[in-house]
Amino acid sequence: MAKIIVVTSGKGGVGKTTSAAAISTGLALRGKKTVVIDFDVGLRNLDLIMGCERRVVYDLVNVIQGEAGLNQALIRDKRVENLFILPASQTRDKDALTQEGVAEILEKLKEDFDFILCDSPAGIERGAQLAMYFADEAIVVTNPEVSSVRDSDRILGLLASKTRRAERGEDPIKEHLLVTRYNPERVTSGDMLTLDDIREILAINLLGLIPESEAVLRASNQGVPVTHDISSDAGQAYSDTVSRLLGEDMPLRFHEMQRKGLLSRMFGGGRR
Amino acid sequence: MKLLEFLKRERRKSASVAKERLQIIVAHQRSQRGQPDYMPMLERELLEVIRRYVHVDDDAIQISLDSEDNCSVLELNVTLPKS
Repeated sequence: MAKIIVVTSGKGGVGKTTSAAAISTGLALRGKKTVVIDFDVGLRNLDLIMGCERRVVYDLVNVIQGEAGLNQALIRDKRVENLFILPASQTRDKDALTQEGVAEILEKLKEDFDFILCDSPAGIERGAQLAMYFADEAIVVTNPEVSSVRDSDRILGLLASKTRRAERGEDPIKEHLLVTRYNPERVTSGDMLTLDDIREILAINLLGLIPESEAVLRASNQGVPVTHDISSDAGQAYSDTVSRLLGEDMPLRFHEMQRKGLLSRMFGGGRR
Repeated sequence: MKLLEFLKRERRKSASVAKERLQIIVAHQRSQRGQPDYMPMLERELLEVIRRYVHVDDDAIQISLDSEDNCSVLELNVTLPKS
């Protein structure tokens, strides 16, 4: 039976789509049959991050409205076996998403897949609520920054009340914290919230920590999820995150400042 | 220039200010979690009624709704000024 995981945050620009792309890629690389769905109707971007923007023919709304079959809309990833993308519609408005329609699609996908990742739009409107409504687990993406942490807490409130599990009184959604754009240097200098600060305030289980990294922009430029860049800090951090999601015990990395060696201090070696 | 940097260092680190502000706002957000949508309005109107008789500050009123097995208890706390 498939697990439905929503990648959400409330605030925009914190790395939801980057994380959804990286984590779904990581899951598929480990042999899990995975589909990642873009819920950001009107502003789709997952296709671009996954590098399949030119292969979009049908989208989520087409399937909901019966204009295309689910298999016609699913895009098979070029790099990894077992990975599929269901893009959002670029043109329709958000009202095109219906709860019944989404429920039907998820039920069908559940038969075929191990993991269904829902990439939520920013905000707390319809798209975001539908992305989280049917979830079994939630990955709350948070930056070490006041507005992001506050919005994450708002989202935790919604996960506990406005979801199917909450409404039916079932086991609550399993909440995971994913801290992104973490900069240990700035933490050390006292100008960035520490990981412990964020954990203390949000009080949910930590799934992973992604350092601020040049590799992320490089990955999105190329349309290759950063998990494929295994030599990069962010790629490795996402890989660790996926391991933890699968229940493995992984020590935390990249949360402490790197001691710079003499050579890199002299020549200014940047982060890979 | 050196002096300026020295003075800056004496100032409180911005991250600890951020943490403190977040703790307060998040605690406030959580206290409102799960409440019915009409609660802020109810609180405001109750305050207006009380003010017709006594002058109280905005933060003199605390309202909370607790649900038990088959009933809900609306708890209202009003701090009146010394007359």
